[in-house]
Amino acid sequence: MIEVKELRRTFGPVTAVDGVTFNVEKGQVLGLLGPNGAGKTTAMRILACFIRPNSGTASVCGHDILKDPVGVRRVIGYLAESAPSYGEMTVASFLDFICDIRRIKGRARKQTLDRIVPQCSIDSVYHQTIETLSKGYKRRVGLAQALLHDPEVLILDEPTDGLDPNQKHEVRNLITRMAKDKCIIISTHILEEVDAVCTRSIIIARGQILADSTPKALKEEYKCSLDEVFRKITTQPVTA
Amino acid sequence: MNSFIAVFKRELKNYFTTPVAYVFLVIFLFFSGYLTFKQGFYETRQADLSKFFMNLPLLFVFMVPSTAMRLWAEERKVGSIELLLTLPITIRQAVWGKFLAAWVFLTIALALTFPMVITVNILGDPDMGVIVSGYIGSWLMAGAFLAIGSFFSAVSKNQVISFVLSVVACGILVYAGMPTTLNYLASFLPMGLVQAIEGFSLKIHFESMQRGILTFSDFSYFVILIAGWVTACTVVLDERKAN
Repeated sequence: MIEVKELRRTFGPVTAVDGVTFNVEKGQVLGLLGPNGAGKTTAMRILACFIRPNSGTASVCGHDILKDPVGVRRVIGYLAESAPSYGEMTVASFLDFICDIRRIKGRARKQTLDRIVPQCSIDSVYHQTIETLSKGYKRRVGLAQALLHDPEVLILDEPTDGLDPNQKHEVRNLITRMAKDKCIIISTHILEEVDAVCTRSIIIARGQILADSTPKALKEEYKCSLDEVFRKITTQPVTA
Repeated sequence: MNSFIAVFKRELKNYFTTPVAYVFLVIFLFFSGYLTFKQGFYETRQADLSKFFMNLPLLFVFMVPSTAMRLWAEERKVGSIELLLTLPITIRQAVWGKFLAAWVFLTIALALTFPMVITVNILGDPDMGVIVSGYIGSWLMAGAFLAIGSFFSAVSKNQVISFVLSVVACGILVYAGMPTTLNYLASFLPMGLVQAIEGFSLKIHFESMQRGILTFSDFSYFVILIAGWVTACTVVLDERKAN
């Protein structure tokens, strides 16, 4: 469902993503792991068509990110790193706005909201202004907007960041429940999360893919915990 | 089209759910009235709104950029641009949606000066054609300044910088056509160039509309100005959105 070919993106002298290639199929939950500044967010932003690559391309459900960015955005649900939203709006009016843009109308809109609001546990703050919410709630509102149109592909940049342990557990359960019908990419540096929800993990550092395997296979190959695998891989020098 | 309407609706509603609209409207209506009466609205003993329209360029040079400065600078600063531009919408739809919402808001501000029209109608028998033409000119001028403001709002994340740059750009557009500026320029520039600068100035086009003359060239001037700056805003935003 997602095909990434030789993606490369630079910001001035910094190469954020350097020739990244991978495919993700339906039913897979891919964890993008890497230290800060590894290029995870840039790769996700390129896939969500927020920024363009300098070279290479990718397609999502058959839509090319360069030729049909609106088509890509229609089929994906994207939660950005900082879970941006419009602070002055209430959760209800914000989700209504997303429904408007995603053309979810009438009875379908009511059914969608009735499904998503409890699923993301935002019932209690539904009529509250977003800027007054805690970080955890803001992230859940961000997650709700990403799930509204029941997308085939989910791209979630650190979906559990700022959530308390109970909320983390709920979100991980939610991702696991959705996994079989969707193609999900999550970025995280919480390694227990990879163990809990990911069926495959890509370790990325300095913009390059250093490992692409299942969390279990990685642990077996290196004969240590995922934490240690992560440290070993991301601290080794990159070969050209 | 739906996405464009959704952005337009959200933006317009947003003006009235925050104090922005009310503060703007109160200040705009106060100064538009104050300057009109201060410059001898009654003393001229003419039933027209020339005193009202003549102050609008100066007022708009400051007021319109204050509306425009947040259009994109705020989106970029708080990061909501990443949400908006990863929804199924093109940059062009987003830019025009926000621009038109702000223009409708300024239209509401202009419409709220209707007591002026009522006043001259009570005091005398004004030529309504001239008044309508003056309002059309003012509305187009507001759109032109707004387009300039939205461009500078996309240039910088900092709203103060956007505001200052927009005021300077709008000021140049107005004051380039002032007789004092043109006389000064004529002292060292060839006449053809001075006439070209006068033709580019907003003042000459607005003044002819203010006098009740609606010409295709004046109308085209504003349309080109608006379309040009809004397109430039789209290009700049596409380049700088992720910076």
